[in-house]
Parts: sequence; C-alpha cells; structure tokens
Amino acid sequence: MAFKRIDGRKNSDLRPITAKIGVIPNADGSALFAFGNTIAIAAVYGPRLLHPQHMQDPETGILRVNYDLLSFSVNDRKKPGPSRRSQEISKVTEWALSPVLDLKEFPNTVIDVQIYIIQADAGTRTAGINAASMALAHAGIPMRNLVCSVAVGKQDKEIVVDLTKAEEDFDGGEGPTDFPLAKIANTDQYTLLQLDGKIPAERVSEVLTIADQAFANIYEAQKKALKEEFS
Amino acid sequence: MSSMKSAGITIDTFKKLFTAGKRFDGRGLMEYRPFEVNFEVSNCAEGSARVRLGKSEVIVGVKMNIDKPYPDSPDKGNLMVSADLLPLASPRFEAGPPKFDAIELPRLVDRAIRESGMINLKELVVTPGEKVWTVIIDIYPINADGNLIDAASIGAAAALKSAVIPGITEAGTPDYKHRTKKKLPLSDETLPLSITVFKLGNTLFLDPTREEEEASETRTTFGVSKWKGSYMINSCQKSAPVCLTRAEIEEIAKLLPKKYDELNERLKKFL
Repeated sequence: MAFKRIDGRKNSDLRPITAKIGVIPNADGSALFAFGNTIAIAAVYGPRLLHPQHMQDPETGILRVNYDLLSFSVNDRKKPGPSRRSQEISKVTEWALSPVLDLKEFPNTVIDVQIYIIQADAGTRTAGINAASMALAHAGIPMRNLVCSVAVGKQDKEIVVDLTKAEEDFDGGEGPTDFPLAKIANTDQYTLLQLDGKIPAERVSEVLTIADQAFANIYEAQKKALKEEFS
Repeated sequence: MSSMKSAGITIDTFKKLFTAGKRFDGRGLMEYRPFEVNFEVSNCAEGSARVRLGKSEVIVGVKMNIDKPYPDSPDKGNLMVSADLLPLASPRFEAGPPKFDAIELPRLVDRAIRESGMINLKELVVTPGEKVWTVIIDIYPINADGNLIDAASIGAAAALKSAVIPGITEAGTPDYKHRTKKKLPLSDETLPLSITVFKLGNTLFLDPTREEEEASETRTTFGVSKWKGSYMINSCQKSAPVCLTRAEIEEIAKLLPKKYDELNERLKKFL
C-alpha cells in the first residue's frame, strides 16, 4: 500500500503558513508565524543597554532569546516557568539567529527576543525561529538575510516535511524522526541542526534536498508579510 | 564546554596548524585520543564505569528506583540522565545552579541512548500501569580536558552494560542489598555512541583537548548507533552561533559510520 500522510499532504508539503507583522505594538519589532495549528509569536526589544552592567561587552552587543510554551498551548497544562527543554530551545534559537546579525555595531547592548507558543501542534521551535527572524527585521536590525526554519521528519522510511503532533507520535517500522533545521535564506549555511529518532547516515543528503523547497516557501511567506507591513 | 574565551593568538595558531592538518599532540584531525574503560567505580551503584579519554576523565553511575510510570508511557520504565560539572574537575567549572553546559550534556547523552532503543524500557515494568523501574544515569567529570560529551556517552553505555537489577522487597521497594543476577534489558546490536564534530575556520576535527575545544567555533554532537545493520543517526545538536555548510554536513554524514565502527571496536575490548 502506498504511503499516505495522516492529513493527506504530500511528503514535501508544508502546512498552511500564516505570517503577520506587528502583533505586539509595544515591541520594537514583532511577528506571528504559524504552521497549521502551531502558532508562535515573537517580540524584539532593543538594542538596549544591557543590565547588570558587568555583563556588558564593549566589543559587541549580545542576542538573548527566551522561548517558552504558554501553559494552555498543550493538552496537559504546562507548568509555567522555564524547563530544561525550554532553556535548551532558547539557546539553540539564539544560535540559529545570531549568524545573520552583526552585533558588533551595538556594543554594550542586548537585543531581547521573546518567543511564546500560543498553540502547539509540533514544530514549535521552527515556527518560533521564523517568527523571531521576521520580528528582528521588523525592528530594523541590520541582518544579512532572514533565517528560515522547518522540521523534516521520517515516518518509517518516508521522509516528510513539517510534521504534526499526530505524525510525531507515529509508532511503527523505524519509528518517528524529527530533524529541525534552520538556514540563512538563499545560502547553504545551516544555523540550526537538531535531531531525534533514527535516520540512516546516507539519507541526510536527501533530507537537506527536500527541506530546500520548504525553506523557499517559508522565505516567500516571511518576505510577503514584511513587504505588506512596509508598503 | 568552552566557558572561557581563547586569546586571538591562540585561535590563529590553531587555525594555521589545523589548515596544515596538524595538532600539538601529533594526532590526525579526525583521530580520537586513546581511551580506557574500567568498571565498578562504586559497589553501591547498580552499574558504573570510569572512562579516560586522553586526560579527560568521567565517571558514570547507574542507579535504579521503583516509581510510577510517566502518564504518556504507562507500559514503559523510565530513563533519566543527569550530570554535574563539578568544580573539582576544572578551573572553568563553578559551584551553583547548573549553567547551560550542565543542562545540555545530559540531554545529549539521554537522547542518544533513548532514541537508539538500546534499553528495552517495556521490560522494566514491575506492575503494569503502577510500578516501573526508573534507570538513572549520573555523569560526573573528574578531570575535564575536552570532549566531555563523547567521553560521557562511552561511560554511559559501559555503565549500562555493567548494571545489574536490584531485588524487590516484600513491600515492593528496591532491595539494594540483595541484587539479582539479572542484567538490564539491553539490545545486543545497538550501542549508542556520541561523536562530536568541532569546527574552527574551515576545518572540521574530532576529540579536542580543552585548549582546542575552547578555540573551536562550533561543535555538533551526533548520537550514532547500528540498528538492523545500518548506521543510524539518533540525535544531533549544533552549538554556537556559527553555520555549517551543506558540504560539511554531508562530509560529516559520511564520516560518522567509520568513526562509529572504530570507537565501537575499541570499546568492545573493555566490555
């Protein structure tokens, strides 16, 4: 029997994307990014003077990312406050976004990026990175380019793009694999590389190829939202 | 674990050396330091191992408790991995609440072991839905001289292999004084190992000393195992705000099976 995804998408199809700019008027830049039912919002504050003062670096500004789930964004209420998981995702998001920023232009400062997930259906870190990348652009921070992020997964032997929670919980054959990636748009520079599951080493190349079309679509959606905001 | 910034001159020196394919200790860029594994670090642990990888030394212990299963896996035992970067092990480690490195290390080891399926957690159920064994792997670096994640993963795999399940008292609690002879339900084929690839400038290299690690710009840890005859990547995480190119990722994917075989052969001699 031919392989079919739970929601009928083709292996290379993303869920419908929603991208909006300026969802938080108080912030210097803000954005919403959704993959289907996964909704992330991000706010950027800064560059602003870093406190406490002893943390300031006269050579460069720093990027500080905080990612978390809202308590009711998941079925079993998430206890508010940082967890080890959210601390790790905050850090990898920081690493995923920093390479496009030239923070040396803003010594002694911090750029705060706050990412919250309102509704979670897998792919929250990748939606968060896409939202944060748009929010940084909205804040007018000089960037080499936008960062685009998507999770590629594997269900048994089928490589699929942008998994839902139901697909992540797949349990059969080689099991589920979740392979979140981010890269600088229009380059072959990867800024996020994580993986959980089982994927044969020789199929990594195939994953990168299928992700490329997804990156292109995400980039278009991000650009479109930014252009609408500034036109 | 580079909590200290290297001087510019150190970084330049390493860049020059690495570009010429050389290292201070004469190793090739993709060559691991010699390692040895000993067992029975503590006779109070269910299993334990000491790994010396070059001058890096890590001890790993396995303890087991009886707990309730997690709500989302009522038919499975639990696995927990923790690490403490003791100030004993390095002038770079400080007392106090865990810093990010101390959170990341056990999570990377946890994912490599869990996703590989090395432990059959379904066989660790005592009373279905009520009581299951929790396997706790605790990692302590004793001397940190680079590449602690790979050393810790070797130690964790070895400690698991050596672990013996405790008895159960009439009250249903673990009986540590009367251990069974039963080993943990581990796969014969699947032995997860972590292989961490470091990058400085345009050079990739493995198993750095502390000085090399501190000079490196980024590291990416891969959990690798063999499953039904193929080499599987079970986990991966890139650190630091530096990119990897597609060509580099593809080069690493080719390298991993070879390095896995080499480390696995070396580890088998101790098991």
